[in-house]
Amino acid sequence: MRNVTLILDDGTRFHGQSFGYEKPVAGEVVFNTAMTGYPESLTDPSYAGQLMVLTYPLVGNYGVPPFTMEANGLPTFMESGKIHAEAIIVADYSKEYSHWNAVESLADWLKREQVPGVTGIDTRALTKKLREHGVMMGRILFDGSKDDAVVEAEDYEEVNYVDRVSCKEVIRYNEGAGKKAVLVDCGVKANIVRCLLKRGLEVVRVPWDYDFNDLDFDGLFISNGPGDPDTCDAAVQNIRKAMRSEKLPIFGICMGNQLLAKAGGAKIYKLKYGHRSHNQPVRMVGTNRCFITSQNHGYAVDNNTLGDGWEPLFINMNDGSNEGIRHVTNPWFSAQFHPEAASGPTDTEFLFDEFAKLL
Amino acid sequence: MENTIKKVLLLGSGALKIGEAGEFDYSGSQALKALKEEGLETILINPNIATVQTSEGVADKVYFLPVTPYFVKKVIAKERPDGILLAFGGQTALNCGVSLYQNGVLEKYNVQVLGTPVQAIMDTEDRELFVRKLDEIHVKTIKSEAVENIEDARRAAREVGYPVIIRAAYALGGLGSGFCDNEEQLNVLAEKAFSFSPQVLVEKSLKGWKEIEYEVVRDRFDNCITVCNMENFDPLGIHTGESIVIAPSQTLTNSEYHKLRELAIRIIRHIGIVGECNVQYAFDPESEDYRVIEVNARLSRSSALASKATGYPLAFVAAKLGLGYGLFDLKNSVTKTTSAFFEPALDYVVCKIPRWDLGKFHGVDRELGSSMKSVGEVMAIGRTFEEAIQKGLRMIGQGMHGFVENKELVIPDLDKALQEPTDKRIFVISKAMRAGYTVDYIHELTKIDKWFLQKLHGIMETDNELRACPDENISTALLRKAKSQGFTDFQIARALGMEQRMDSEDAILKVRNYRKSLGIVPVVKQIDTLAAEYPAQTNYLYLTYNGIENDVNYLGDRRSIVVLGSGAYRIGSSVEFDWCGVQALDTIRKEGWRSVMINYNPETVSTDYDMCDRLYFDELTFERVMDILELENPHGVIVSTGGQIPNNLAMRLDAQKVHILGTSARSIDNAEDRDKFSAMLDRIGVDQPEWSALTSMDDINAFVAKVGFPVLVRPSYVLSGAAMNVCSNQEELERFLKLAANVSQKHPVVVSQFIEHAKEVEMDAVADKGEVIAYAISEHIEFAGVHSGDATIQFPPQKLYVETVRRIKNISRRIAKELDISGPFNIQYLAKDNDIKVIECNLRASRSFPFVSKVLKINFIELATKVMLGLPVEKPDKNLFELDYVGIKASQFSFNRLQKADPVLGVDMASTGEVGCLGEDTSCAILKAMLSVGYRIPERSVLLSTGGPRQKVDMLQAARQLQKKGYRLYATGGTSKFLAENGVENTRVFWPSEEGHPQALDMLHNKEIDLVVNIPKNLTAGELTNGYKIRRAAIDLNIPLITNARLASAFINAFCTMSVDDLAIKSWDEY
Repeated sequence: MRNVTLILDDGTRFHGQSFGYEKPVAGEVVFNTAMTGYPESLTDPSYAGQLMVLTYPLVGNYGVPPFTMEANGLPTFMESGKIHAEAIIVADYSKEYSHWNAVESLADWLKREQVPGVTGIDTRALTKKLREHGVMMGRILFDGSKDDAVVEAEDYEEVNYVDRVSCKEVIRYNEGAGKKAVLVDCGVKANIVRCLLKRGLEVVRVPWDYDFNDLDFDGLFISNGPGDPDTCDAAVQNIRKAMRSEKLPIFGICMGNQLLAKAGGAKIYKLKYGHRSHNQPVRMVGTNRCFITSQNHGYAVDNNTLGDGWEPLFINMNDGSNEGIRHVTNPWFSAQFHPEAASGPTDTEFLFDEFAKLL
Repeated sequence: MENTIKKVLLLGSGALKIGEAGEFDYSGSQALKALKEEGLETILINPNIATVQTSEGVADKVYFLPVTPYFVKKVIAKERPDGILLAFGGQTALNCGVSLYQNGVLEKYNVQVLGTPVQAIMDTEDRELFVRKLDEIHVKTIKSEAVENIEDARRAAREVGYPVIIRAAYALGGLGSGFCDNEEQLNVLAEKAFSFSPQVLVEKSLKGWKEIEYEVVRDRFDNCITVCNMENFDPLGIHTGESIVIAPSQTLTNSEYHKLRELAIRIIRHIGIVGECNVQYAFDPESEDYRVIEVNARLSRSSALASKATGYPLAFVAAKLGLGYGLFDLKNSVTKTTSAFFEPALDYVVCKIPRWDLGKFHGVDRELGSSMKSVGEVMAIGRTFEEAIQKGLRMIGQGMHGFVENKELVIPDLDKALQEPTDKRIFVISKAMRAGYTVDYIHELTKIDKWFLQKLHGIMETDNELRACPDENISTALLRKAKSQGFTDFQIARALGMEQRMDSEDAILKVRNYRKSLGIVPVVKQIDTLAAEYPAQTNYLYLTYNGIENDVNYLGDRRSIVVLGSGAYRIGSSVEFDWCGVQALDTIRKEGWRSVMINYNPETVSTDYDMCDRLYFDELTFERVMDILELENPHGVIVSTGGQIPNNLAMRLDAQKVHILGTSARSIDNAEDRDKFSAMLDRIGVDQPEWSALTSMDDINAFVAKVGFPVLVRPSYVLSGAAMNVCSNQEELERFLKLAANVSQKHPVVVSQFIEHAKEVEMDAVADKGEVIAYAISEHIEFAGVHSGDATIQFPPQKLYVETVRRIKNISRRIAKELDISGPFNIQYLAKDNDIKVIECNLRASRSFPFVSKVLKINFIELATKVMLGLPVEKPDKNLFELDYVGIKASQFSFNRLQKADPVLGVDMASTGEVGCLGEDTSCAILKAMLSVGYRIPERSVLLSTGGPRQKVDMLQAARQLQKKGYRLYATGGTSKFLAENGVENTRVFWPSEEGHPQALDMLHNKEIDLVVNIPKNLTAGELTNGYKIRRAAIDLNIPLITNARLASAFINAFCTMSVDDLAIKSWDEY
């Protein structure tokens, strides 16, 4: 295996070995503390532009399931049509895998999709570094290759990643099924679509900046997505327009929470190192109901800036940050976490039921 | 929280036994800590005197009484608690609690069950209710039928189809359960199962499926978390207590992991658990199909493991939830800032390996199955699977160095050995891989998931690379790889062939120094529950070669005192040394030093990170201890509170200039080395039984001719069976040495004179610079010949001559002075007619330290630790040694778990646990103690076969007492005749080898006998077979059995002269 070096923006170097595609890359280095779900995470569009560090050391154990597509165009096992993370960084890649549903190893998959994989890294030391310093840009360089030094990273905050991962055309699912939900695709995970379809809805998936207000629909859904929500003003404007109809149900997830909050007048800030894990505790405000949630976000809604008529719906029990908002009178709500899970715990899938009920 | 609760009763689990061991000391201690934090008054009932939970300051009141409905009711009537906790004392406490609930005792005394309601417990315990309950929410269970007689069992088995599994309902750890491939096997197993329970379950076997467990927590607001999941290395079919277990699961995808997690939460909600429970699944390796195996509505072995594996204190949290808190009210006790409502994220892998001691038992069935046989376990932590499993295989402490480079096993048929797993299973896999078996083929035979086998195969490949290195010429990369896969310096040295060129200890040091010169050293990582996401001031640590930086900043202030722990629980070393270790840590902290523990047993309190300032959950090998000491730079190391493992390290640590606190390593060696110790005794004029280390049969015969039979024989190389034996004639001697041992120049046999009918006396003491400052002399009820760990011990002694005591004190003082002891020590003596001989001397705390400390109410370890810290220690007041009550320590045996093992006591230890009870006199204390270890007072009839002439005489008085008390006596031939001649009415019964009726075995099977006293005459073949059948039948049919005349007499005397109602219900502080 070829030796590789991860160089962080502050100059820190970590040495490891390559097990994926051999191509120098750069991106925002983020850590994820989930212990399962690397196929789902890698194909989650919200990881676009990021080098994903897994804190759980043993990765690759169960290989990779087949990349088959369902009749409706959604992948059977993955969260999108390809790997979105720029690279994956682990401590102990498992060369051999064992699972009845696996068709290839993680290494083979990474090579096929031309994504680098690094193993042999002290991911705990790297995580502590990121925790103390905050997320940083980083580069993966291959020993002995000459063009190494020229890999320059784009500034994560400047790029409109949503535009890169959003669908380009309107896609319709379950046409004529019943109630119709418009889904604003900021980089939607397949399981969100599956969760909506499972509840008998027709889904009209539109590009992130598409003005859907002229369409005929019963509810609005705003998806997750990568990058800085401040780059998605077009979406915010469209949501504001939709909010003129006070009875229109609106539900947002992750980026959707942030865009809805912005449309309602709130401000967004960047977390020091984000929440990326399967074990984030949230509490429904004003109740004793608590949930373990799957999360993947670097930005958060500032609770203190919520507009008139808005209130926090969920609060993170570890750091008090916002985990969802709702409108006091109108059927508008959103979650910063991922009720659709995949990967992660499934405790909050009931939010889809509540959305479906409103329609 | 419900503030009506002021006083809470907690039920402990009693003596350690197979299936119910140290984990409940840990969970009970945590629960008591949680209650204390709330300012509640706590009462504990637990006769296990060696536990930490029964120490001063843990519960407000401790009752050393049996955890049975009778005694618990008495305590409730006396103490009138408001609440009771049933989930922290294993199956014993749970069963007792259910019975108190059903009998209306809890209602009568208005005692509220805290946590999971009793109805929910019954729903999980009764198989039929359980299946029905889970059917209600469409959760799949293993199809099984509850039957109440053997005909129905046969019919049910035919219906589901063989193979089937048989289980006894309401039984702990799979007791009375097993697999049957056909009706013949079913007949045997079902009968046994019915003897434990009126209800037996017949179900389809799912051999080969994966076994997965989840630890789930729920509060009364319906908030749920799964703290940890775990995957068994061994597929279904091997009891989870017998399996290697990995946390978190390794071969489950996200969808599988969360499918089972979601089910677990759905189950716990539907059943209505408040607190903690464990859900076990069978999981199809070829699809996402599953079955729920069982739900344990209580803290369990797995929950203790999960707590240690994740750093999440399950028992502590469960206790708080029982008081009415919500998970959102509680904090993560590692980070102290984040919420307790979360699921730990691990950034390491944990591997639990069981420890068996099957070699200690004659005739035991070694095959692993659905019933538990292991006596302890270890947990290893690493950042690769290879590192964790190799650490773990060393930790089990059976002379193994890891997965490879072990002593060659002799396996006649590898395929068969792979198919029929025994306690050697993983080493059989190693051997098969060495022999060229492929991963696929091994998988086919074992059904172990290929991922695990591939990882093991990787270790083998690295080993082959090492072996291929010419002349110790090893590349840095290979050395690093080997270390990251958990190879020790020893394994590397051996693979490189260095042992052939030098002493192995020198080879180890050579590898060590070489790798250190290359900068290949382990780093220290924290267990922080959140995979470094949040800063944590955690002191819970392990070492790994898969990392580049330490999580700990070492101050180099030399304010640390390192205490070496006792490792895996095993026969001969268990919770008593955990108690010693914890007392040492407490004292160190109190005296202002930084307390540091190294230990790796997940069942213990000493590995609770709350108990010390730094916990290294890691190996107690020379290599790892040195790694830690080089990082810690401690003021000193305590090797005398953790039993034999640390004791054995003393010399090698000393050679590396490690500061050993207390008694010097040289003195330890002088006591451990038989020759040196013997010479010393001769020098100071102290007597000992004659002994000699011999290398040929002729020498042995010559020695025996001099001292006479019987002799005690201890081979240094054991082929099979027990390591020691008493031989009373030439035939036995030859049979033992030919069958069991290998006598040669290389493997000498130590033969000692065996003194019959001698009393055995123990001296537990603490000395300071050679001067004894505190001591406790206790006497065995049994005569010498029963291992001191199995013997029933009485303290203070009730039947020793004053002269004997005086002489023992005198000799002990001389030995303490000669060895310049500073710290704890124990000497075992033989006493016959005031003639005193020394059998053994240990310059460390002994098994009986907690017992004598608690009976005397003088903490010997606290004194010893102060001595070792160099602090001035005052001799306790002499009057404190005068007690007006008696303590009895009785042993708990687990023969019922060890199929086919002969339940007879000898010079090798066989008990798995002990209790200690207090009473006004010997009879009171012995009755409480015997009832605590599971004996029942017979209702009508007793079967006697009382061995040789001497034992027959010994038992005569007891037989007369039984008759006077109205018992019906049955006796085998010789005994019957002897009793009749002495005017004791009895009915003769026949041995299995005899013709005639009634047959002893039939009577046992028909439940016509309530107590069996069977004393083996000697070790001749016929005697063994006949007696064995009776003894084994008694065990299998759950009929109390005593095999020692002195103990039988004492027990019989106790229950004939007093009734259970006469026993005083007094707490420890009332004595």
